[in-house]
Amino acid sequence: MDKVVSRAGIWFGILLLALMGSAAAHDRPFAIHMLIVALAAGIGLIVTVKAPDYAALRRGLVRLPDEGRYDDDPIRWGVIATLFWGMAGFLAGLFIALQLAFPWLNVEPYLNFGRVRPLHTSAVIFAFGGNALIATSYYVVQRTCRARLAFPQLARFVFWGYQMFIVLAATGYLLGVTQSKEYAEPEWYTDWWLTVVWLAYLAVFVGTIVKRSEPHIYVANWFYLAFIVTVAMLHVVNNLDMPVSLLGSKSYPLFAGVQGALVQWWYGHNAVGFFLTAGFLAMMYYFVPKQAERPVYSYRLSIIHFWSLIFLYIWAGPHHLHYTALPDWAQTLGMVFSVMLWMPSWGGMINGLMTLNGAWDKVRTDPIIRMMVMALAFYGMSTFEGPMLSIKSVNSLSHYTDWTIGHVHSGALGWNGMITFASMYYLVPRLWGRERLYSLRMVNWHFWLATLGIVFYAASMWVAGITQGLMWREYGPDGYLVNSFAETVAAIHPMYVARAAGGLMYLSGAVIMVINVWATILGKQRAEAPLHAAAFNPEKDRPLVPAPAAAEA
Amino acid sequence: MANRRIDEPTGTETVGHEWDGIEELNTPLPRWWLLTFYACIVFAIGYVVAYPAIPLLHGATPGLLGWSSRGDLAQELAHERHHREGVYAALARVPIERLPEDDARMRMAVAGGRAAFKVNCVQCHGAGAAGSEGFPNLNDDDWLWGGDLKTIEYTITHGVRVPGAAGTRMSQMPAFGRDGLLTDTQIGQLASHVLSLSGKEADDPAGAKLFADNCAVCHGPAGRGNRQLGAPNLTDAVWLYGRSRDEIVRQITEGRNGEMPAWAGRLDPVTIKMLAAYVHSLGGGEDFVEPAPASTTAPAAGAAANAAP
Repeated sequence: MDKVVSRAGIWFGILLLALMGSAAAHDRPFAIHMLIVALAAGIGLIVTVKAPDYAALRRGLVRLPDEGRYDDDPIRWGVIATLFWGMAGFLAGLFIALQLAFPWLNVEPYLNFGRVRPLHTSAVIFAFGGNALIATSYYVVQRTCRARLAFPQLARFVFWGYQMFIVLAATGYLLGVTQSKEYAEPEWYTDWWLTVVWLAYLAVFVGTIVKRSEPHIYVANWFYLAFIVTVAMLHVVNNLDMPVSLLGSKSYPLFAGVQGALVQWWYGHNAVGFFLTAGFLAMMYYFVPKQAERPVYSYRLSIIHFWSLIFLYIWAGPHHLHYTALPDWAQTLGMVFSVMLWMPSWGGMINGLMTLNGAWDKVRTDPIIRMMVMALAFYGMSTFEGPMLSIKSVNSLSHYTDWTIGHVHSGALGWNGMITFASMYYLVPRLWGRERLYSLRMVNWHFWLATLGIVFYAASMWVAGITQGLMWREYGPDGYLVNSFAETVAAIHPMYVARAAGGLMYLSGAVIMVINVWATILGKQRAEAPLHAAAFNPEKDRPLVPAPAAAEA
Repeated sequence: MANRRIDEPTGTETVGHEWDGIEELNTPLPRWWLLTFYACIVFAIGYVVAYPAIPLLHGATPGLLGWSSRGDLAQELAHERHHREGVYAALARVPIERLPEDDARMRMAVAGGRAAFKVNCVQCHGAGAAGSEGFPNLNDDDWLWGGDLKTIEYTITHGVRVPGAAGTRMSQMPAFGRDGLLTDTQIGQLASHVLSLSGKEADDPAGAKLFADNCAVCHGPAGRGNRQLGAPNLTDAVWLYGRSRDEIVRQITEGRNGEMPAWAGRLDPVTIKMLAAYVHSLGGGEDFVEPAPASTTAPAAGAAANAAP
């Protein structure tokens, strides 16, 4: 009972402080943000007061902890949050793709491109990707350590605190609160909040590893740990700034000019390296062998590629600043470290794909495996494309063009999206205790829609990017520029429309996924013909053309 | 380790660890992978030796090739300068009104102007120089300040209504409505008269009177405009701020006065000359008329041309 009272007291205190902050705020967005905080504290207060079983408390009973072997509640919430933010992020992405093709869709001021674009990137990377990483890391670390989550209350705080970060960041973008650093747009108070949440996340994760009952730490956990530690460091350093006032939303960064740019891209590139690569490789290292039911291809490769990836990635950021005021030597180092990064990146792809040795038939029969294979294929493609684009002579053509956008999306949609979808399909029946997914055929539909969407997206952006790059540098025989900028924009308009079409397909696939997951959680099973009924001769490993249906492959 | 076993489908030994059912094979590193990794490292070392790379106390190692991005740029600029030297020198020597005498020289000037236009002018005048509301179309023969080579060069050099700039094109249409010089009714009558000048509405006698009192001083009694003041010709079909009655009423009420930067401080005289040649070549260029000795400025010549359209 004391616990309930003291908790309610804390919530009430936060509520009061937030309301005072809102009343005294120097600018409207800060006032709105403090109201959001107050609202969250109010919800916390109500839940704290309403949830306990007072009758039981009076009898001196304490609610027994969850009886399951593992602590899966925050993971279930995380799966739902992943899907929710994924839908929001994909929808925002489709909207801005359409804005680029049809500028009249810019709705001033709250829904113009400049505000919705960071909403899209943060929603897909940090909200969709981040929730997927937190949820899967909680799942994987418990099972591969054979230990329940350490600090269960803190683990819940991490989940809800992270959602609070997302809400503050997203509403901030629409209100015009930004520090104008790509992928680090949230202002100082949101950054401080995320730092607290992230350190709590680190404590939960490391605590769980420390209390493990396995002798060794599984490779997926190395990657998760690298992701959590490095993101903490990147986030803190890139957001060192001085608030103008503790009651206002504006701050100024510690680093200025080219130093600021270098720190920003050290952060930005390693957000790709440690958030979108290391973290998702961790997912791959657990879910691929589990779904394929095969051992990981090479333990040695996983050691070598882990350490080389970690060591090399952190230096590659300057390749985002080729041909700028950044000194030549820093550009050189950014480029050569990116080139050396090629094979360490591919180590993960090899280890993932070759894990299917002895189970390749599942690519045909299991759409979840097919998603994983496609994810690894796109991972391999974009980690080859990345080092290639970092080479200065290639970069002089590609930089500032849509090629970069295509590169990012072949990685994000192909690798991060597909591996997350596959992991969610793996998790949902297990987390909710269902025998199987609602429909495997819908997974197949999702796979093909997403794949086709990525092909549309990446191909149109390659064409657009190379068109732009060539038109920008085109000189006539008399030595003068041939094209004006507006002409290059007009030239790529059809590609922008094709890109939006690709985005629509990708979003449609995700809608099918949400329906499928929803129905699975409700415990439904779709009556459908098995997916792999195609006539097949397992001995010859060949499809039978007109023969009667053979047994399951 | 005790739990090592041979994995049947691949024939490879496992490492002997197991986590939640996941085992690991003890496959050696793929040779092609390792060799490619080494090759990338060798390339990196070679590149670091050849190019500026290692930061020291004062600057960085210059690299064996002696390459630098600033040096690279300087070299390219020097090459371009050398390439164009002849053209620039020739264009610098010739007064602009005599450019058309030599076809080849005029073509070079137009080509350079086209490129400079794409960088500096399209933002307002559009990629095809067709203009938009408030920004004149440069393809037609309707000129605000005059359309011969010398006049265009002057306009580009000094700009239009640049605050505080000497020699800039200057004039100001009053905001008749906003400043209370005319009532809404009067502005309506005036708009009717303006529309009647190009035959779009029947004339309004009250409007005609108002025009004579308020507008004729700049736009001329017949509304044909005055190039010395950049006052548009109101009798033709070309409108800077829109041809509808509402737009005309709005312009009389608010008196929008467009601005153009003075390019003298931003572009060299040859580039301005080339820009003038390009704009002149778009279709509406007028022939240069030697000004009468009494009149010293080019716009006077334009105004003379305007008198007889």
